[in-house]
Amino acid sequence: MGTLFFCFLAFLLAAYVVLDGYDLGTGMLHLGLARDDAERRQLLRTIGPLWDGNEVYLVASGGTLFFAFPELYAVSFSGFYLPLMIVLWLLIVRGVSIEVRSHLLSPLWRQAFDVGFSASSGLLAFFLGVAIGNVVRGVPVGADRWFLQPLWTDFRLGKETGILDWYTVLVGTTATFVLAEQGALWIAWRTAGAVRERALALATPVWAVSAVLTVVMSGVTFLVQPHIPAGLVREPWRLLFPAAGVAALLAAPLAIRRGQEGAAFAAWSAFLALLLASVAAGLYPVLLPSSLDPRLSLTVEEVRAADGALRLGLVWWPLAIGIALAYTAYVHRRFSERVAP
Amino acid sequence: MGDLLLIHRLHFGFTLVFHYLFPQLTMGLALLIALLESLSYWKKDEALHEAARFWARVFGINFVIGVVTGIPMEFQFGTNWAPFSRYAGGVIGQTLALEGVFAFFAESTFLGLFLYGEGRIGRKGTWAAAVLVFVGSWLSGYFITATNAFMQHPVGYAVDASGKLAMVSLWQVLTNPWLVWEYAHVMTGATQTGAFAMAGVGALYLLQGRFEAQARTFVRTGVLVGALASVLQIFPSGDAQGRLVAQHQPATLAALEGLFRSAPGAPLAFVGQPDMQRRRLDNPIELGHALSFLTWRRWTARVEGLDAFPVEDWPTNVPLVYYAYHVMVGLGTFFIAIQLGAAFLLWRRKLFASRPMLWVLLLAIPFPYVANTAGWVAAEAGRQPWLVHGLYRTPQGASYHVSSGNALFSLLGFTGAYALLAILFLFLVGRELARGPVEGAPAHEG
Repeated sequence: MGTLFFCFLAFLLAAYVVLDGYDLGTGMLHLGLARDDAERRQLLRTIGPLWDGNEVYLVASGGTLFFAFPELYAVSFSGFYLPLMIVLWLLIVRGVSIEVRSHLLSPLWRQAFDVGFSASSGLLAFFLGVAIGNVVRGVPVGADRWFLQPLWTDFRLGKETGILDWYTVLVGTTATFVLAEQGALWIAWRTAGAVRERALALATPVWAVSAVLTVVMSGVTFLVQPHIPAGLVREPWRLLFPAAGVAALLAAPLAIRRGQEGAAFAAWSAFLALLLASVAAGLYPVLLPSSLDPRLSLTVEEVRAADGALRLGLVWWPLAIGIALAYTAYVHRRFSERVAP
Repeated sequence: MGDLLLIHRLHFGFTLVFHYLFPQLTMGLALLIALLESLSYWKKDEALHEAARFWARVFGINFVIGVVTGIPMEFQFGTNWAPFSRYAGGVIGQTLALEGVFAFFAESTFLGLFLYGEGRIGRKGTWAAAVLVFVGSWLSGYFITATNAFMQHPVGYAVDASGKLAMVSLWQVLTNPWLVWEYAHVMTGATQTGAFAMAGVGALYLLQGRFEAQARTFVRTGVLVGALASVLQIFPSGDAQGRLVAQHQPATLAALEGLFRSAPGAPLAFVGQPDMQRRRLDNPIELGHALSFLTWRRWTARVEGLDAFPVEDWPTNVPLVYYAYHVMVGLGTFFIAIQLGAAFLLWRRKLFASRPMLWVLLLAIPFPYVANTAGWVAAEAGRQPWLVHGLYRTPQGASYHVSSGNALFSLLGFTGAYALLAILFLFLVGRELARGPVEGAPAHEG
């Protein structure tokens, strides 16, 4: 049952990254791709009615983590204290920037919030990547089950790691590019006119950088956390995730070349989801590796809630998420035509 | 250790109090907007629809700040109260997750449709979206109140072998008798905030002689809904909640009422200052036997004072609990007087011309916020020294492994960020009010 909820959690996180990924990406690129106020509003209109619903997947992931794995929730949220606070402040800046910028006509006001929107979107993408990097690399969970990491120490791997070291910075950078690509493909798919042309022109180089970074990051990950390749190979069917991920990665530029932006976006979304699925499949049954001693790593069975709570969750959770997915699909269909400049 | 506990408590208290300024208005306005949209749809009245759209713009600004200050609340259970999350996650993790996946999804999705979608979903769709935003926001309030009600009065749980809480019956948690009355009390409080805001803004326009037709709609709707909510606020919901506190948290009741000595025929204090050194109420103005009657429905019943409990079981800040409670009850009484007075003038068709009453309605806008905040302070400070009443004490639940520097840094960070948000909010809502319910203005600019 712990395994089932592990899959649920991985699914929700993947849904969050795919959905908020495109609006984070749109945010990052928004300053560069949109040259004047009309174009900025055009970009904002593609995500305006949707971004808030996307962010609820983050809240839902937090909630699911809390009730299904209360121990992990407690250990990791307190251990990642400062980075989480920074993420919360970034979420505040971003949400406010999106909603508030068009309330005033003053160009100065709009510029300020445009910069706030871009910067917070980029930093959020980076920190989401850093978070995944930390979970992969492991954190100094001690025998008492608590840990507290500083933001950074000396940027080297080892026992005294910080949230930021060269590995997590690499993962964060990769995440930033990968989500920028998700945004570029979204914009290419959902807009018309000059903005769409620029997004299409950007999609290929960003794809290339993302692909190179993904390959480098995967190689480095196998060295930093040998647990992951071992986990993937132990049950070879798990290799399907990275294999399908590579296929999706290669499918995206083909779709762009054939002028099918919707398909390119879908392929890149699948790539994001499969990348996360590969990490989850490699880590399982560990949820949070300990960098001090592998025996102190937190595993699914150790940190999951009692049987009763999970059985109960099995009743309402799939129902609730089913309804939520239906809402998400409905609003995306409602707002599905290309936004003209 | 003591300092760190205090910082964690201030952290949660400050972010919670600030956060709750926004949902109380959105929950109240969600009801009022759904009401206006329903009337408009039913009577085919475009003016009512325009009125609803004006409030939807105010709602939108509020909602954003409510969301961005609400996400930190969910995270803080894990960051600042990690041992508590580990202990109680089996129960309150479930109610918080239910809020996220059932209520918050509905609210966010349908608000997007309601604000942006008018051209695409038609009038019927807009009406349905308004109603679903209302359902989502009230459901959200329900699950959050369920979480709090469990901490006030735990039911439907078991303590497992490792000493942690496990959910035994979700049904019991969601039908907790404490929850039923607390929810009624919280929601009538939120409705008052919305109703006073609507009536007060209408009064402002009438005093200025602007948008008079819309303003009359605002005042009429605000006063009628507000009068009903003010009455329900005191009876039955407030009364029932007070009696639950007496039954299940007698030490809290003694602190709320400033009752230091147990007595048969206990008096009800309207005014007075708790004197913690001499353990009595200074300068009291009391009504004899009234507390006994209110609590146990008998004039001579014995009510336990603080002296009946060991000092370590007293709420940690008795004067705070006492004052917060008295501010709430005092304001609640004023609200009934204001709203019934205004409703009477409305019935006599004199309200729209009565400048003094319109001034009262305008100046009353901030006070439901004060009353709702005081109510939560009384409830939460009154629950101390427990996190889960009778089971788990507050000092057990704080994240001691988070250094006090980190906790203080983030507390100061939130203080600064929220100060900016408050300025931004007042500025934007002020602009919206200055512009007024202009015909044809878009529900949302983007």
